[in-house]
Amino acid sequence: MTLEEKVIEIIMEQLGVTKEECRPEAAFIDDLGADSLDLVELIMEMEENFGIQISDDELEKIRTIQDVIDFLRSKGVE
Amino acid sequence: MTGERVALVTGGSRGIGRAVSLSLAKAGFHVCVNYVSNEQAAEETLSAMAAQGGKGEIRPFDVRDEDAVRAAVDGIIRDRGGIDVLVNNAGIWRGGLILRVDRRAWDEVLETNLRGAYNCCRAVIRHMMKRRWGRIINMSSLVGEAGNIGDSLYSLSKAGIIGLTKSLAREVGSRNICVNAVAPGWIETDMTSSIPEEIRRETLEMIPLGRLGTPEDVAGVVTFLASEAAGYITGEVIRVNGGLYM
Repeated sequence: MTLEEKVIEIIMEQLGVTKEECRPEAAFIDDLGADSLDLVELIMEMEENFGIQISDDELEKIRTIQDVIDFLRSKGVE
Repeated sequence: MTGERVALVTGGSRGIGRAVSLSLAKAGFHVCVNYVSNEQAAEETLSAMAAQGGKGEIRPFDVRDEDAVRAAVDGIIRDRGGIDVLVNNAGIWRGGLILRVDRRAWDEVLETNLRGAYNCCRAVIRHMMKRRWGRIINMSSLVGEAGNIGDSLYSLSKAGIIGLTKSLAREVGSRNICVNAVAPGWIETDMTSSIPEEIRRETLEMIPLGRLGTPEDVAGVVTFLASEAAGYITGEVIRVNGGLYM
């Protein structure tokens, strides 16, 4: 499974959205109907799955699915 | 909720905690009775629960120890399938005029009464958020609202519980988790048994209902807050004090 696929799987599970909705440019809050609490839960899910830590400052910069993927890559996740 | 409902009661072996455990068990909950020091009392609570046809188990851990709390909560979720209700009841009392209270008492009271409740909330909250259902009931106190001579430490810890209750209620309301506090007045327990007779008499005169409360008086309100019937109540402080403070 690629990183993209894994990330989208987590997002689908966490937010109850479809694969079609999970375009790279989709914004969590504006497009996927997430609230700030969803976003925190989602990030905690990512932290557990990929064994990384995401700070609150970094969390603030994450808006879209692509942001998450770029962030994970910058942390060395493949 | 369908299936077996599970409640965790911290400090559930004695006093108000025991009455809450018994009452929740009677209402059909599987009750996890937490204690830290008095195993025999916990066993007695479990026996009393069984005698009235209730189900439960004992879960010893120290609420002050975040890792221990998390391990215990994860264990209950694994073994019982979830936690529906958390009752943060574990608490200690240290009294004395502020001039005379020693430094250690601050740590003792706040570690158990505040950090303990905070640890337990943190340990269950994500689980409850995922399930879109949860009830947290925090034990505050009359003195957390009204204050009392010689109760500066205890009252500040119990006022803190009210702040925690209201903030958490706002944070997780969208996940169908109700967070409330119960503020007992003067209740007959080990904690209040040492109060001098004269003060007891004077207090009684100020209580409109003319008697001290029982642990069961408090337990009834906790059980109500844990029920489906209380599903639209959150961020509240319910006073159970016979009218002593309104």
